Amino acid sequence: MRLPKMQKLFSIATVTLALSASLANAATINVYSARKEALIKPVLEQFSEKTGIDVRLLTGNGDALLARLQHEGENSPADLFLTVDAGNLHRAAEAGIFQPITSTDVLNKVPAHLHGVDNLWVGLSLRARPIFYAKGKVDPSELNGYEDLASEKWANNVCIRSSDNIYNQSLTAALISHWGEEKTEQWAKGLVGNLAKPPVGGDRDQIKAVAAGVCDIAVANTYYLGLMEASDDAAEREAASKVSIFWPNQDSFGTHVNVSGIGLTQHAKHKDAAQQLIAYLLSEEAQLWYAATNNEYPAVTDVEWSERLQNWGEFQMDDIDMRVLGENNAAAVKLMNRAGWR
Amino acid sequence: MQRWRQASLIASALVLGLPLMVIVWSLLELLFGGDFSTLSHLWQTVIPEYVRHSLLLMAGVTVGVIVLGVSTAWLTTSCRFPGQRFLSWALLLPLAMPAYITAYTYTGMLDYGGPVQQSLREWFGWSYGDYWFPQIRSLGGAIAVLSLVLFPYVYLITRATFIQQSATTLEAGRSLGLTPWQCFLRIALPLARPAIVTGTTLALMETLADYGTVQYFGVTTFTTGIFRTWYGLGDLYGALQLAGLLLLAVITLILIERWSRRQARYDQRNPRPATPFELRGGKAWLASVVCWLPLIFGFILPAMQLASWSIERWQVWTDPTFWNLTWNSFSLAMVAALLVVLVALWLAYGRRQLPNRWIRTSVAFAGLGYAIPGLVIAVGLLVLLTAADHVIIDISKAWFDWNPGLLLSGTLFALLFAYAVRFLSVALQTLQAGLAEIRPSMDEAARIHGYKPLQVLRMIHLPLLRPSVLTALILVGVDVLKELPATLVLRPFDFNTLAVRAYEMAGDERLADAGPPALMMVMVGLIPVILLSRAMLKSQQNALKEQDFVPVTA
Repeated sequence: MRLPKMQKLFSIATVTLALSASLANAATINVYSARKEALIKPVLEQFSEKTGIDVRLLTGNGDALLARLQHEGENSPADLFLTVDAGNLHRAAEAGIFQPITSTDVLNKVPAHLHGVDNLWVGLSLRARPIFYAKGKVDPSELNGYEDLASEKWANNVCIRSSDNIYNQSLTAALISHWGEEKTEQWAKGLVGNLAKPPVGGDRDQIKAVAAGVCDIAVANTYYLGLMEASDDAAEREAASKVSIFWPNQDSFGTHVNVSGIGLTQHAKHKDAAQQLIAYLLSEEAQLWYAATNNEYPAVTDVEWSERLQNWGEFQMDDIDMRVLGENNAAAVKLMNRAGWR
Repeated sequence: MQRWRQASLIASALVLGLPLMVIVWSLLELLFGGDFSTLSHLWQTVIPEYVRHSLLLMAGVTVGVIVLGVSTAWLTTSCRFPGQRFLSWALLLPLAMPAYITAYTYTGMLDYGGPVQQSLREWFGWSYGDYWFPQIRSLGGAIAVLSLVLFPYVYLITRATFIQQSATTLEAGRSLGLTPWQCFLRIALPLARPAIVTGTTLALMETLADYGTVQYFGVTTFTTGIFRTWYGLGDLYGALQLAGLLLLAVITLILIERWSRRQARYDQRNPRPATPFELRGGKAWLASVVCWLPLIFGFILPAMQLASWSIERWQVWTDPTFWNLTWNSFSLAMVAALLVVLVALWLAYGRRQLPNRWIRTSVAFAGLGYAIPGLVIAVGLLVLLTAADHVIIDISKAWFDWNPGLLLSGTLFALLFAYAVRFLSVALQTLQAGLAEIRPSMDEAARIHGYKPLQVLRMIHLPLLRPSVLTALILVGVDVLKELPATLVLRPFDFNTLAVRAYEMAGDERLADAGPPALMMVMVGLIPVILLSRAMLKSQQNALKEQDFVPVTA
């Protein structure tokens, strides 16, 4: 019979693979990252070149990686867990995945509101989520803040993506903390009533919809505009030239920002090397790189903004405690379910 | 002996069903004093809409795949018209297109910012709102895309049946004065019903498990709801409970399919193929058009869009890491296909030899994974394999003072296991359809002559099964190549596939950057699909050559 032979071959192959994986170099740290490969690997390679410490990378969805970490428990190979939103950082901290970061080198660089409870994580970069408007068609003085999205003045004139998206969940979570749940739910209902089209597509699509005249105002993360401005596709550049950024709520709590952050895992086997990597991710070189490749705002305050970020203008960021975004996330999703925001 | 074989069959079916057990377990937990708060919130707010959308999607895809699949299968087998031979294999090409990739390309082409609407606006001086244009990101768009990508399942399986339909039956119809059209409606179609149902069931299971397309199109279905519950509410167990409900729906679907076939047996006595109808003039043109349309919209247009993106990003093709991805995808698909088909062969054969209820039920259960979103299976496996790993590590530490690391969950083993659970049904259905064509009387005759079951397998079944085995290998291989969610969750460090790369790029709305990996995935997928088509064509030609061959009837 052929079957057992195949099985044997197969199991030998698996074991060899596993062995080669576990006998890897001692000077290797393992990173689980919700940041996509293209947006993290180059910095990790720079780090390896500088320090001689190899970095192995596994990318994926934040929640899925978190589930993997939880089930792997003390046997998890991961030393670091990197996410792109406060919600996941909070969930990981709540699940007991992280241990406090002790390196003062790291802690001193990042402002306090970008630290997790007990320094369980630190922010690496910030992503702003302002309002975009059609140049020429909309007078920015007509705009004020996120409240406008629900106001009758913009009936049938607002574009935003699905509430499945974590950035909309975090925005709503922040608004719950500023306005309370009742007012935020009214706002979400008003917003849904104002939509010019069903909430489909990504952030870039909302910006393009403004450019194409589907709606006059939209909500999106700024780095998508940056990617469009720098695109080698002429149509994208033209669309980007038709919209402007309005920084909402400058007179109150400020424009919503989300944080991309990193934490040291509870069972990290290479604690020192891992903290070295965090410190490197906060170095001026790496901070400038985020801005240059993905137009994100640096988490370290004294790093100079890239030219594009400066062109978009300075603004007041909502300096809400990032933990609140995580704590309110489930409430935000339920609220959006009730409001009919798909 | 019999006992032992039966037990081993049930055991292997159950091992494959283990991740599904995790889902069933979470549902049972709920029934016995679990926490209803998440489910009741969802029930009051979004579940009615999820169910409505899922049902509409399934109804639409059913109509779509049957219309496209059956019409093209009939025309290319029973009629002769210009281009028929080319079309008969080319119609399988859409199989190489992952549904979410087709969705990206149509969005790129048809969205308001895309070239079609832009040129319309420029030519006629319109601006947005002056004209009506179908919204591609909608339920209708999702139905269209899924039908275009999934109809080859119906085409493939139905066509095989049309080829094998006995000439005498059809010729009897013709001699009684039936037109070709009436022959189709009154003889061929009813006889092909089990094949159509099997193909459609595969397409529907794939539809239920689809996340990429519906999520990209903003259509809220049961599957998107599972993910929203997990990611949004942070409630993995609520998500598994929803998956449990989905599992119940799938079991219902399968029971309906079984019931519709009931006791009917469709094996025919004389496998001599019928002489085809020669179509001329307008009819030949019409047949050509009917077959070209699904090919153009299901493959040629999306592939051209991918090609144009890939040319924009030509630098990628010189990047060695890109070729590394290609190798990963290809080798993984090959190994997984072999493994899955071997397991399916073992189960399908056992089920045929020992047709008792326990085996039937456990094999059917193991096949359910096809309709469950890959991510849910991945989570089920994660729970199981990490638990097993902890035990292995503890034992190894106690006995050998050595930590082997995560042998099962941290290696390719986890991925292969996930593919086996997810795609067993594809292989199983294809092989069972093949086995059903082999008349039970052949088995009986061989057994009467003193052949052992294994000899029956080797000397009678395997030669007759070869086309089905090949089909199963190719279908599973192509499916693995396209698989995304489970790969994303379970893959080891620094191991990426083309699907993962395409997804990461598209997820960042960098569609042009998603072009090269997507095109590569389609091209790698083309090799097996073309192989499959050639094998199919050859078996048809052989059948035609053997027209005078009269098999010994039992």
